Order: sequence, then structure tokens, then C-alpha cells
Amino acid sequence: MSIDLKTIKHISKLSRISVDEKRAGKLADDLNSIFEFIEKLNELKTDDVKPLTSIAETTLKFRSDEIKSKNIREQIIKNSPEDNEDYFVVPKVIE
Amino acid sequence: MLDITKQSLTELVENIKNKKLSSTDVTKAFIQRSEKSSELNAYITDDFTLALDKAKKFDQNPNLDLKLPGIPMAVKDLFCTKNVKTTAGSKILNNFVPTYESTVTENIWNEGAILLGKLNCDEFAMGSSNETSHFGNVQNPIDKNLVPGGSSGGSASAVAGQLTPITIGTDTGGSIRQPASFTGIVGLKPTYGSCSRYGIVAFASSLDQAGPMAQNVKDCALLQEVISTYDPKDSTSINFKRNHYSKELTKNIKGKKIGIPKEYRVDGMPKEIEDLWQKGIQYVKDCGAETIDISLPHTSYALPTYYIVAPAEASSNLARYDGVKYGYRAKGENLIDMYEKTRSEGFGAEVQRRIMIGTYVLSSGYYDAYYLKAQKVRKLIKNDFDEAYKKVDAILTPSTPSSAFKIGEKTNDPVSMYLNDIFTVPVNLAGLPGISIPAGHDTKGYPLGLQIIGKAFDEQNILNIAFAMEEKINFKNKITDWWIK
Amino acid sequence: MNKKNTEYLINRKDNQYEVVIGLEVHAQVLSESKLFSSSSTKFGAEPNTQVSLVDAAFPGMLPVINEFCIKQAIKTGIGLNAKINKRSVFDRKNYFYADLPQGYQISQFKDPIVGEGKVILDMPNGQKEVGIERLHLEQDAGKSIHDLDPQNTFVDLNRSGVALMEIVSKPDLRSPDEVNAYIKKLRSIMRYLGTCDGNMQEGSLRADVNVSVRPKGSKEFGTRCEIKNVNSIKFMQMAIEYEANRQVDLIEEGKTIDQETRLFDTKKNETRSMRSKEDAHDYRYFPDPDLLPLEVSEKFIEELKNDIPELPDDKKKRFIEEFKLSPYEANILVSDIDIAKYFEEVVAKMGKNKDIKLAVNWITGELFAILNSKGLEISQSPVSAKNFAILINLIKNGTISGKIAKTVFELMIDGDKDPQKIVQEKGLKQQSDPKALEALIDKIINENREKAIEYKQGKEKLFGFFVGQAMKASGGKANPQLINEILKKKL
Repeated sequence: MSIDLKTIKHISKLSRISVDEKRAGKLADDLNSIFEFIEKLNELKTDDVKPLTSIAETTLKFRSDEIKSKNIREQIIKNSPEDNEDYFVVPKVIE
Repeated sequence: MLDITKQSLTELVENIKNKKLSSTDVTKAFIQRSEKSSELNAYITDDFTLALDKAKKFDQNPNLDLKLPGIPMAVKDLFCTKNVKTTAGSKILNNFVPTYESTVTENIWNEGAILLGKLNCDEFAMGSSNETSHFGNVQNPIDKNLVPGGSSGGSASAVAGQLTPITIGTDTGGSIRQPASFTGIVGLKPTYGSCSRYGIVAFASSLDQAGPMAQNVKDCALLQEVISTYDPKDSTSINFKRNHYSKELTKNIKGKKIGIPKEYRVDGMPKEIEDLWQKGIQYVKDCGAETIDISLPHTSYALPTYYIVAPAEASSNLARYDGVKYGYRAKGENLIDMYEKTRSEGFGAEVQRRIMIGTYVLSSGYYDAYYLKAQKVRKLIKNDFDEAYKKVDAILTPSTPSSAFKIGEKTNDPVSMYLNDIFTVPVNLAGLPGISIPAGHDTKGYPLGLQIIGKAFDEQNILNIAFAMEEKINFKNKITDWWIK
Repeated sequence: MNKKNTEYLINRKDNQYEVVIGLEVHAQVLSESKLFSSSSTKFGAEPNTQVSLVDAAFPGMLPVINEFCIKQAIKTGIGLNAKINKRSVFDRKNYFYADLPQGYQISQFKDPIVGEGKVILDMPNGQKEVGIERLHLEQDAGKSIHDLDPQNTFVDLNRSGVALMEIVSKPDLRSPDEVNAYIKKLRSIMRYLGTCDGNMQEGSLRADVNVSVRPKGSKEFGTRCEIKNVNSIKFMQMAIEYEANRQVDLIEEGKTIDQETRLFDTKKNETRSMRSKEDAHDYRYFPDPDLLPLEVSEKFIEELKNDIPELPDDKKKRFIEEFKLSPYEANILVSDIDIAKYFEEVVAKMGKNKDIKLAVNWITGELFAILNSKGLEISQSPVSAKNFAILINLIKNGTISGKIAKTVFELMIDGDKDPQKIVQEKGLKQQSDPKALEALIDKIINENREKAIEYKQGKEKLFGFFVGQAMKASGGKANPQLINEILKKKL
């Protein structure tokens, strides 16, 4: 298993982190050494093992259908890099 | 009277309750020492002015029935604190001021404690040396240019250096226990579901757990008693009967069965760690407990499993840092360009590396081979512990495979850095409680810790064992105050 | 297009193509608060005023599930005759978008809350069964507004986190008409259950439409395209028609169809590829570690089953048996819960001596016409079921004629007036006194002697003339039946 530059490009795209050519090589090396170490798991046969879905051995608790959160727009918008008091503002989406 | 900052939490609470000390006296003392300790770089944000106001206010009308009456305390900068900047050690949150409080810190303030400030940590708690923080390295009070461990490095440094009487950290793969071990203090990672995750900046949701870091076991028990509450705002919080850990603390561990797992004797482990472990075994025997050799056969698979599960969850948990709602935003020509630049500039190298690993292991075609496989192995690791606990009440291991290392020593080799967590990670994967207590020094004079792992929800038991061992070990941390001019 | 056998086929030179359609309907769950947060779901609020820290994905915020939304999903599953899964899992669907604050949508991927079910459609040529693949719960996203500013996009998170049910059909639909019937049936069932208001204008019901084509008679499926987020039945039908023809053209030209996501442009009436989004389509689903598996007990499900009202199919059966309605009439009356409610209330208010056929004719005739012209729903009817029932009874017992009733009905609309009062005040009561009518008819025959003679000589058509004259003289109030009888006798 080897992570090449094309893979780096693909996952950088998926994770929305730009990676320039210079960094891509080093990143590929790092990831390859990490994955080499991760591959150890292949020593284990796990076909009959049920995967763990939650470490907390209990079931989901429910909330009642009540409106408790009021209008806190000011709080919600307060920390935003750009807003117009009503909306969050982001650069145009190019389809 | 002993120098205020040298007193333990228990002593300070006693002295405030007896009115020998006021909250103002105590708060002032820790602020002064913190101010003289800037070289440790333990704080990201201080809140000293407000802390002193709060202490004065407390003294005007002191409620001495509280568990932490007027006690000043700095906390890891991963806990959201209302109106106080919360960064998670990241540039991407360098200007973020929450309008809300985490449940764990809320519990602490409700018991009378006062926020001193926010402590440095690895970025998004991803690191084992505090070197990934956007806000710089933290110095270990033990020695100059020594890492304090991570990710709760600022917290460990602040407690060991007596900048705060006690603190809280978070532990995803060892982030409380490993720095506690590196700085000669006590650190407890509670059972998953014991402390609410509400309001804690998430790293890996199925592993993250907040916990106390203290000078001694009793202080640790008291703080655990305060922070461990059932919280309906966290769906993974568990409603179980919680002990009064400090009140029920006992050194009587006669007849307890302590497991010694052979798989923790790893290749290349320094002899002094093995010796320490043997000493630990002797201590518990001296306390009247019995040791039993056990096997946790999947131990060596824990770290690879962790490095799939934790990055996978992190890659998704950190998707919210996109420059839209809060935090850092880079200029971009369009939305996607903005995202890519914001996240590339806002996250540090280690965080980016882990997001990439996580994205990869979840991506189409690799999910089964990595993520699903890891969740299966995680099940096997948990089964190992379940089996072991049929025979024993707790498990004793070293906390770390080595003592603290030099700043910069491992930054270029991620895998060797990850290996630091080899003894702590299985505990997170199995959701169990684990405590690290200082147990001795290596040849360089650096502290070494031992870890006691308990059954789920059995914090009281491991606190008791730690309490009993603490007396036998009689550890003295060698703090020279080298950083104070 | 060949509609002879009501079979929808696309014809080209020598080939006929069948269209295969599957729908993913997104139905907003009717609930007060959101799926994982306690902010309001109300439609039309000021931007970002119904947004909690959880909805805006602030650091450290965690989801806690709304029990009512779970119940709503299970009830809908029961309404779709589907298997309810006692254990289901919430997954994260990861992608970046301005109106997706978490950077992932909490949805159910591998283990949905509801499994396979079915829906019966009443088509002109008989019933048709459509398979349901699954129903799962998920969060809605916020709204990106692109047209308020030339350089920027504005983001409103009011909808962010509102509960949606995604109902996935099997690829069992074969024509735009069936799609129409299917959506209407789903909507009807959910409105009966009170699990979704079905309001398409407000976006409570929208669908992704999967379309493929294949040569008639072929058993294999063609390559499908998914048309995203279509929010009206009309647009769905137009989109399918366009898309099916586009695919057939490609096949005829010997080209291949790319499996892709497309968008329906309502202005140009065409579908367009959304390739740019395609690149990023690797959703990296995994179980949400902030949530535990969702488990419901047998008892929990049983209690919900007991809570299920009579649904359209059962109601239709009952209407046919109990009221002797034709399947066609019953269909119309049960198609919408409010129509059924109105009808049943009218029936109840008519009392013992009721004429149900007459009531049905008047509801589907006069009442529907008025509602249509005023653009009202039946729930907003200007005439209450009570007064409507009185009116029908007035016709039935001969107090007024059908014709007069129309006048009365028009007067009732303004302020839901009691028809009895209108009849009284306006003196519209039917003239049914035989003596008075005889006098009136005598007068008419006298005034038209010549015509009376012609009638007697065999010009039978003139009978109508006398009826008309009599009705006219009575101001339309004469009982037409009596007029007939008396005229026959006198002439």
C-alpha cells in the first residue's frame, strides 16, 4: 500500500485543505510511514468479529419535543468572520 | 504557614474553610506565581483581573459548604468558557469567544472555583508533547527544554509548576496520563461517559474524556467528584451511581486482585521502566493486594487501531472549522477556495496530517479495510479487558514507555511520537478509567509514572489503589523553579 | 408517445422505450422542535432566529434526539405498511457546504429506522403497487441565498437541523402520471398520520428523481440519472419527460448515458448536469460517535400502532361499503384528509334522513368549484360542514329546489350563513301547495290557449314551454315535480 501524490490530491480535495506541490511529497511520506504501521492490523482475522459501534454500552436517550432555544441570533452571528447582522456572509458559491 | 502555592488542593480548601486563608490570598498567590512563570508558556489566555474580582466577591460572602470554595483554577483551553477566549491551541480558533460554558467547567464554578485562565495544549489535543500548539511549546518544570507531554501539556506544567493548585485536562489517547507521568503529577482519565463532553472542543468523540490533574490522589478524587455528573446534553453521558470519591477514599486495598499484563513488556522498553513496574508490583503487595499475571493479547494492535479511529472521527469533527460561522477565515475567490485556504492556513501540520489520515480511511473503497477493521479490532481489545476483569479488580502498568524527552526530539518522526501513547491508548479504546501516579525517577532525575486501569465506572477502586500506593512510594517531585528569575 | 393502453412509452423509429423511475422523497417531519436541538421548526421566521448553538455547530455542541421525531418516522413507516427496525444507527454524511454548519449531515445510511414497505396507487386502469425500499431520519441543511448580493452568498440556518424523513421507493414507477399519483398518495398518508404537512410551496415535501430508460420488454435497468431536489409534482413530471427523452436520444445516437446527478432548470424546462458537485461525492459515511444506536421496544411500536388513525385505503373501503359510493367518488373524498373530514362531518350533521349521493355531488361540484375559484383549501371553506349539511337537507326534503339551492349556496359563502335563514329572509321556499300551483297553471293555460291546443294535437315538445312558464311565474320557487304532475293532468 502506498499513498501517491494523486491520492494526496484527492484527500486534500475531500478534506478541503489545499496542499501545494512542495508539501504534498512530505505529506505522502508521513502518511506512508503511518500507514505502514497501521497495516499491522492485517495480521488479525476479524471476519467473525462484530464491529464496536459505541463504547458506552447503553442506548440512546430521548429528548421531549419542546422549543427551549429562543432567538439568539446575535450570539450565533457574533463570532463570524463576516455577516450582515441577519445572515452569515460567504464568498459566492461557484457551481 | 507553608507557601500558599505549595499547598495541595485539600490543604487550601481546609485553610479557606478554617478562614486561615481567604480566596483573595490564594488567588493572588497563584496569579503572582503564574505571572513570574511566563517562560513555561503554560497559559494561552489569562483571566487574572477577573479572577481577583471574583475572589474578592467570594470573600465578601463566602459559601464554605462548597467543595471548591474560592479556589482559583486554570483549565485546559479545550473547554469552552463563557466570554473567555477558547482556542483549542489552534490558529483557526484564535479569536473565538464562546457564549456558553462546558458542563465540566460549569460544575467546577458551581462548586465555588474561580477561573484563572486557559492552559496551553496541543492543537485540538492532537499531540504528545504540546509541540503542535499554535501558541508555542510548553516547558516542563522538571527541566529546561523538556516537553511536558501532551496534549494536556500546559495543564501538567501548570500543576507541576504550582501555577494552579489543580486542573482539568482531556484524554483521548493518553493526554492526561502521559503528561502527568512526564511532570510527576497525578492524572485520571475517567470512564467514557462519566464526564460530560458538552462544551469541550471535540477531537475524537468516542474516545475523548475530561479528567482531573493534581498534585496528589486525594485532590484528584475531590475534583473527579465535582466534574463527574450525568448530563442530558451529551447523548453519550451515562447515568450511573457516582461515588463521593474523596470521602470514600481509602488506603485499604487488602485482598484486591491486581493484574499484571505481560503484553505491556514491550521491545526496547528501558530497564528503568521495567524496574519501576516491579517496584510498583511490590508496593501493591505491601499494601495487602494480590498480583496476578494476565494477558491482554491484542495490546500491540491498540495503537494502529487508535490511529484509524481517532483521525477518522477527527476528520469529521473538525469539518465545522470552515471559516463561515466563527474563527479564522482566509480570503478566497469563491467558497471552495475560501475553505481550502482557511483550513490550510488555520490548521497546523499535525492536525492536517490526521484529518488526511481520517479522510482517507473513511473514503470510498477503504472504509472496510481500515475503519471497519479498526472497529472490529477495537471490539477485540475491549473483550481482552472484559476477560481480564473476570479475574482481577484492576490492572497495573507503566504509564509511558519512557520519561519526558527534549523539545524537538521527535517532531520529525510522527510514528515515534505516537508510540508514546502505547500504554495509555488501549484504555481509551475500551472506554475504561485509568490513573497515572508518579512512582519514581529515571537516571536523569525525570519523573516516571505508573498506571492503574480499572473496570468501567470503578474510579473509586483505582483511586483507592493509587492512594495506597502513593503513601508507599512517597514520591517527591524535583522542582527547582529554574524558570523564575 | 403512446397513451392508448395508458402505458407510457417513448417511441423512436423502430424502438419503444419504457421509463423506469424511483423517487427519494424528503418529507419534513411535523414537530415543534428540531431533530437534535430544541429550536423551533416554524416556517417563515426572520433569518437565523431559529438557530441554536447546536444547529450552528459551535465547538463542543452535541446532538440529543427528539423522541417525537422518532415516533413520527415510525408512524409513517406503519402507514407505508413497512417493517419497523427496532435498532437503527445514525451516520454522518460528510461534505462541505456553506449551509451545512457541521460539515456533515446526520442521517441513517446502513441501518435505517424503517425498512421495506408498499403503497397502493389507484390508476385509471386499476391499482398499482409501489415498493418502498426504506425510510430514514436525517437533518435538513440551512439555506444559501445567492441572489441578494452580487459577490456573496448569504446563509440562513433556520432550517438547519429540522427533521426530514427520506422515503426511498423501489424503481417501480413507469410514468409521470404514476409519479403524480405516488406523491399524492404519500402526501395523503402522511397528512392522515399528521407526520408531515405535505406543503410543497414551503418545501416540506421535495424529491430526488431517479430516471432511466430501457427498451420495452427488457428486464435489465438502464443507467440512471438522479434529478436533485424537485419541489413540485408538475416539475417532477416535466423533468422526467425531458430526462427520459434525453436518454432515449443518447441511446438512439449510439452514445452512452453517464450515471450522474442533474438539476432541473424550471425556466428552460431541461435537466442539466451538476458535474462540479460530482467530484466531491465521497460522503465517507460512518456511525456518528456522538450518538448511540437508536433502539425502540416492541411496546413502543405497539403503542404507536394503536395510535394510527383510519388511513385512506381503509377509509375508501368503508365509504364504498357504508355509503354505497362508487370507487371514483370514494377516491376523491379520501384523497385528502381534510376533504374526508369535511365529508364525514356533513354526513354526521345531515341526521337520519340523509341523501349521501346528493351531498357527494354537491361537495365535488359546487363546493370544489368555489374553493377552486377562491384558491382555498377545504379546511378554509367559507361554508361550514354544518351549514352545508343543512343545505343538502333542504334540497332533500323539498324545501328548495336544486336550482334555488345554488342561489342559496352563493349567499351562504359570505360569512357562513345558515341556509334556512336565507331561504326564509329571501322567501325562497319552494312552492309546494297544489292548490296555489293549480291556480297558477290554470292562468298560464288560459293565457296560452293556442299552444295548449297544439300540445293536445300532439306537439309534445310544448310541454317544456309550459313548465318554463310556470317556473317563471313562480319566481323559480315552484316545486318542479308538482308542476309536472299538475300540467300533465290539466293539459
